[in-house]
Amino acid sequence: MKASNTKSVSYFIIPLFLIFFSFINSAFSENTEAESKQNKKEKFNAGEMIIEHIVDNHEWHIAEYDGMTYSIPLPIILYDKGEISCFMSSQFHHGEQTHKGYKLEMEGKHKGKIVKVDANGVVDEAADLPLDFSITKNVLALLISVFLLCWIFLSMARRYKKRENMAPKGLQSMVEPLILFIRDDIAKSSIGEKRYARYMPFLLTVFFFIFLNNLLGLIPFFPGGANLTGNIAVTMVMALFTFVITTFSGNKHYWKELYNAPGVPWWLKIPIPLMPLVEVIGVITKPFVLMVRLFANITAGHIIGLGFISLIFIFGAISTGAGYGFSIVSVFFYIFMGLLELLVAFIQAYVFTLLSALYFGMASAEHHEAAH
Amino acid sequence: MELVTPGIGLIFWMTLSFLFLVLILGRYAWKPIMKMLHERESKIDEALNQAEKAREEMKLLKFSNEELLKEAKEERDAMLRDARMVREKLIEEARVKASEEANRIVESAKESIHYEKMQALTELKNQIAVLSIEIAEKLIQEQLVKDDKQDQLIEKFLSNINFN
Repeated sequence: MKASNTKSVSYFIIPLFLIFFSFINSAFSENTEAESKQNKKEKFNAGEMIIEHIVDNHEWHIAEYDGMTYSIPLPIILYDKGEISCFMSSQFHHGEQTHKGYKLEMEGKHKGKIVKVDANGVVDEAADLPLDFSITKNVLALLISVFLLCWIFLSMARRYKKRENMAPKGLQSMVEPLILFIRDDIAKSSIGEKRYARYMPFLLTVFFFIFLNNLLGLIPFFPGGANLTGNIAVTMVMALFTFVITTFSGNKHYWKELYNAPGVPWWLKIPIPLMPLVEVIGVITKPFVLMVRLFANITAGHIIGLGFISLIFIFGAISTGAGYGFSIVSVFFYIFMGLLELLVAFIQAYVFTLLSALYFGMASAEHHEAAH
Repeated sequence: MELVTPGIGLIFWMTLSFLFLVLILGRYAWKPIMKMLHERESKIDEALNQAEKAREEMKLLKFSNEELLKEAKEERDAMLRDARMVREKLIEEARVKASEEANRIVESAKESIHYEKMQALTELKNQIAVLSIEIAEKLIQEQLVKDDKQDQLIEKFLSNINFN
């Protein structure tokens, strides 16, 4: 137990060091970028811009000014056939150069991915893509949010110990209603008074993780702005956690009903096991829906917000006056959407937590009636 | 397509980070926070219960106070009533005694008067007897001398008798 703890801590410390180095590197990497400025003035493509903003990236894009791109380079970690290579993403010079036989593809099928190149710098189409464990924009955002969550809640726990049996104060009084809400209205009502305590750590963590990252995603500047909860990998991992916990907390009743649903005519089970099939599909659908719902909601919010901003440039391309004129409308709609997204940020965190709690409750319910 | 294809790197980091979060926060944040919340809630419950109990007790105390006051008042009234009765009784007794005494005094006065009177009468009777005897003596002596003289003597004696 102790050994595995220290192992997970070391896993955490390594990326922290990498973040630290990335900040140091960012200072002079911007200079080199400035030298290699590209003066191609491309036509504004709204769709491309939006997709670029919501997918993962190997560098944290800050701004583009006068043909120069300012961004924070991030560490690249590649694993290919037992070989690990680590370097900063600034070595690629935004896809213009190759490094250690790798290239950041900017066009085509593998756009945004790192591909292998041969000695002449030509993309090796036959080779498999290397496994990419890079600290990408989303990974960095993830680590920042992990740090923030640890900082907020560990200091809060200390506060609770210090101010024992006293009224909540400061951040405590802001977060405590949420904790009580999750405990009383989500966990207790869906899982039941007896067994809810076991699931509280997961439910609280998942709620605050989604909520914080939804909010950070709404901030358009550096520590925020990453579309983390709108990334299918992130939502998939959380949905898988829910699935695994549901499966492991399933009691005899849960499994029996899965293979032999009560209250269903026998000819739906024998000879063709139609109902068990439906039930098994249901078990898989539940986490799948959790994954897609959060991903789609947050991504859609980002797309709409970026769409309104893109409108300014689309109108600006027609005439400068129209661009300025439309900016008023765009900003108004963006603010409106932003407020709506604040609501969505909370609702999606709530829904994910509530549905997870419901699945846990169903899996561990003792009586058939209690589950419905 | 990239949008809906989960990347292996992010899955790896997310699994690691999330596991780390659940373990660390579960152990060092949620556990103490939930414990404190639970403790505080039970403390508040307890305090409320105690306040309710204290209020009940106060009510009871007030009630018993009132009862006590009422009792005291009643007792005072009873005492006053008793005192009044005792006073009246005393006065009555005194009066009775006084009148008895007066009667007795009058009675004894009457008695002594009667006694004195009787004594006086007895003395008078004795006196009369003595006088009668003296008169009779003198009469007898005069008779021996002269008849007419005898009458004169009786007259004379009779005038001499003074009935006070």
